[in-house]
Amino acid sequence: MCNTCGCDANDHQHKHHAPSALVPESAELYTAILQPDEIVAARNRQQFEHHRVLVVNLMSSPGSGKTQLIEQTIQTLNDEITIAVIEGDLDTENDALRIRRHGVQAEQITTGTACHLDAAMIETVLPRFSLDTIDILFIENVGNLICPACFDLGQDVNVVLLSVPEGDDKPEKYPVMFRAADLMLITKTDYLPVATTFSIQRATQSFRNVGGRAPVQELAAPLDRGVSAWIDWLLSAYAQKFTVLSTPSPSETADAPPKC
Amino acid sequence: MHEFSICQSVLEQVEQMTRRQHARRVTRIVLSVGPLSGVVDVLLQRAFDALRLGSVAETAVLDIHTSAVIVACPSCKKESRVPTNRLVCPHCQQWQTTLVSGDELVLLRIVFAPNTLSDNGHSVENEHV
Repeated sequence: MCNTCGCDANDHQHKHHAPSALVPESAELYTAILQPDEIVAARNRQQFEHHRVLVVNLMSSPGSGKTQLIEQTIQTLNDEITIAVIEGDLDTENDALRIRRHGVQAEQITTGTACHLDAAMIETVLPRFSLDTIDILFIENVGNLICPACFDLGQDVNVVLLSVPEGDDKPEKYPVMFRAADLMLITKTDYLPVATTFSIQRATQSFRNVGGRAPVQELAAPLDRGVSAWIDWLLSAYAQKFTVLSTPSPSETADAPPKC
Repeated sequence: MHEFSICQSVLEQVEQMTRRQHARRVTRIVLSVGPLSGVVDVLLQRAFDALRLGSVAETAVLDIHTSAVIVACPSCKKESRVPTNRLVCPHCQQWQTTLVSGDELVLLRIVFAPNTLSDNGHSVENEHV
């Protein structure tokens, strides 16, 4: 590089340009700001497809029953399907310990103060799994109704949980999160008799108002109510992914979750 | 809170493009941020004020354009501007609308400062590569 004007010429005989001549006034772009994240997410997605793993991203407020949902799923499907879990929390290994008690591999990502998981964090823990032996990988995102919705991890589906004690207007309060859902699961419906202000119908309407087109299911895990509908949905998501993969068509690249 | 990591991503792309264009400094960065992108413009601006120090955008202006939330209705075929938490068609109440705009998070434009001789001298002194 020429040290006088900074241009790419290597011979020092060239006539120097006016200082500004090399630099365009501006660059017109139209690039996604999260493009670097999207590249890593696409890499993750490729790995999951290669190893035939369905990846389910669970998102909700803290304490709405994500870990319990995974435990219930493990108990129901244990013999038929191999499950593994990535746990995201600001701190502690509590959730991973809960999952490991069921004999299932769980890797904990502690984010410190970061409010969401991102594709690079997922990529870092993937080598700890033997993906060939896994059918369904759950990613339990950091409990937060805001940030996790914005980051593609390479997942196939987003399941958003709304627990009865939180109130039925949450979708309209957090539209970005609920819009991203491929399934909205209203959990802790065993609280309905005491949570008299919560209406399933209003929660569903609130979800529709923010553009949520996905199915809505109800779940009362301790009473075993709604579990079979959830399992059916999960298994059909698995079947759908791998039927699509075995007959790929160029138009079906839109399998990725909606970008926000 | 994630506005910091998003701003970092903007600055990385800006640094990259600035190098590619052989520029030294940036005077303006233009973004388009939809209300449904999950990014708050005020927080992004605050993150930028902290992160631009020492970068090619140290003295640049961050220009954030907020796009409108617009849905298209499959029933009445109308496009309408709607609030962020009510994406239902305001004409016929159809809820299965398609989002036309409102969730963008896009880097639109970078304006470079013309290089001056002192810029060049300065950059040569600090050349790391």
